[in-house]
Amino acid sequence: MKKKLITLLILAACLISLTACGSQGGENGEVIVYNWGEYIDPEVLTSFEEETGIKVVYDEFETNEIMYPKVEAGASAYDVVCPSDYMIKKMIDNDLLAKIDFEKTPNAKEYIGQQYYEQSREFDPSNEYAVPYCWGTVGILYNRTMVDETVDSWDILWNEKYADNILMQDSVRDAFMVALKRNGASMNTVDEAQLQEARNDLIAQKPLVQAYVIDQVRDKMIGNEAAIGVIYSGEAIYTQRENPDLEYVIPKEGTNVWIDSWVIPKNAPNMENALKFIDYMCRPEIALKNFEYITYSTPNDGARDLIEDDDIKNSPVAFPDLSQYNGLETYSYLGEEGDALYNELWKEVKSE
Amino acid sequence: MNKKTLAFPYVFWSVAFIVIPLGMIFYYGLTDKTGAFTLENIATIATAEHSKALLLAAWLSLVSTAVCFLLAYPLAMILANMNVNQHSFIVLIFILPMWMNFLLRTLAWQTLLEKTGVLNSILAFFHLPILEIINTPAAIILGMVYNFLPFMVLPVYNALTKIDKNVINAARDLGANSMQTFFRIIFPLSIPGIISGITMVFIPALTTFVISTLLGGSKILLIGNVIEQEFTQTGNWHLGSGLSIVLMVFILINMAAEAFFDKNGEGTAL
Repeated sequence: MKKKLITLLILAACLISLTACGSQGGENGEVIVYNWGEYIDPEVLTSFEEETGIKVVYDEFETNEIMYPKVEAGASAYDVVCPSDYMIKKMIDNDLLAKIDFEKTPNAKEYIGQQYYEQSREFDPSNEYAVPYCWGTVGILYNRTMVDETVDSWDILWNEKYADNILMQDSVRDAFMVALKRNGASMNTVDEAQLQEARNDLIAQKPLVQAYVIDQVRDKMIGNEAAIGVIYSGEAIYTQRENPDLEYVIPKEGTNVWIDSWVIPKNAPNMENALKFIDYMCRPEIALKNFEYITYSTPNDGARDLIEDDDIKNSPVAFPDLSQYNGLETYSYLGEEGDALYNELWKEVKSE
Repeated sequence: MNKKTLAFPYVFWSVAFIVIPLGMIFYYGLTDKTGAFTLENIATIATAEHSKALLLAAWLSLVSTAVCFLLAYPLAMILANMNVNQHSFIVLIFILPMWMNFLLRTLAWQTLLEKTGVLNSILAFFHLPILEIINTPAAIILGMVYNFLPFMVLPVYNALTKIDKNVINAARDLGANSMQTFFRIIFPLSIPGIISGITMVFIPALTTFVISTLLGGSKILLIGNVIEQEFTQTGNWHLGSGLSIVLMVFILINMAAEAFFDKNGEGTAL
């Protein structure tokens, strides 16, 4: 019944998007890429098309949670997707991913640093499904002209002095990570009491929050719209370039270390092209181009060696020495019940 | 070609884009993950977060409908009394912004209202107190009024121009003053337009999630946001559909009220 309904709907959808369904692609077919918003240098896509004759169909998402149902429903088949760690685990667990044939992606074997594959084992235990694309931390971005005290703790996000000047991430895991870490708990806890405490803290924080946003943290911080924001480390270099008053810190209580990786869904229509695309992305000069454009830390050692500016090459923001920090964790998949609990509590926070 | 073949595109359209999606909403809304029948998805409207979101959405849409009405009625009267050349120009001015994308216009309001936004920069330049309404319910109401005002003006204007001038002249002949003419003749005759305008403002305002996200900073959860999040973030289509059914009931009540007041169907004929 469900399947039939979905098929009918897809048929209907195809009829309005005849052009999309019936497109011929390039001379060597196409590759359908589903990536985070503003997460690639558009020139890289063009040069890939020119070199390989494969047409890139490019689609973007804003959070892992938005991406997952679309891939799961299978309504639109993607060839390459770029989810984060815990979401990759969820996709592996639910049998949505195809194994990557590393023989066909020599660049991924050669240039991606070994330590990133090791870190990936937390969600991809046998390194069979994911090729790291970007990594980083979540931290606090603050404006030196608007904040007086030293910022080294998540506590500052509960400081009433900065009421209406705080930007929080509008995504359930990141919001709870901040509250859980501040209380010394694990960001992967499913302990009811710890989560209730985090929920209460987030509700207490809400009057101080100016807005819950995702990509807009960057623009609002650059425009002096807020004093403090929770942000991904990759945005820090870009924002500092645009507004030198901004400073990025990893709080002392610890934070999330994430890796976004290329994966291939099981129902990918152009598996071979997907492998070619991933291999192209792992080429050092291409990875460097992407790094310079999006400024997210690259796990590509070959690309890092090519960086000419030593300040960037050894920048503690772009390439932090993680051994210096305590309490670093990577999100793990919480299971269906865990997810439901987090979502329920988050809804309670948002409706307060 | 007989009439049936001519009707085919419309039948296809309504089946593909109205009947099937509606059927899917009801299917998902009345089943759980295993596909078994349940009323639980609909019953969740009673939980604190959902009922609060629904009531808040209803309240904000009511306020913006009222504001729209108060702004639109005098304007529609002015337009209706103008001569043809002038009023078509003014109507054009009113419709012009609607040629631009609704999202863009709402985003523009975000830039205008921000703490360091355009409006506040101007106010600060003249040393006037700055406006702090972004990310509050007031900003959401402003966004609703701005976006939906033309939907109130046009049906009211339409109803007013349809009033036979002879009826008004007769009232004046029989000794009614302006106030009496307005309250006894013009206003009652324009009610179908008003009702239609109310529906066309209230329903999109009740279901919106874009305006509340962009102008409310995601801090204010309306029923539209809850449903949107169930579909896009949580992936619980069953709950999202259940809540959509509840919302549909609200809209049906509104439309039943409209049908009751607007017996001749005049207001709906734009």
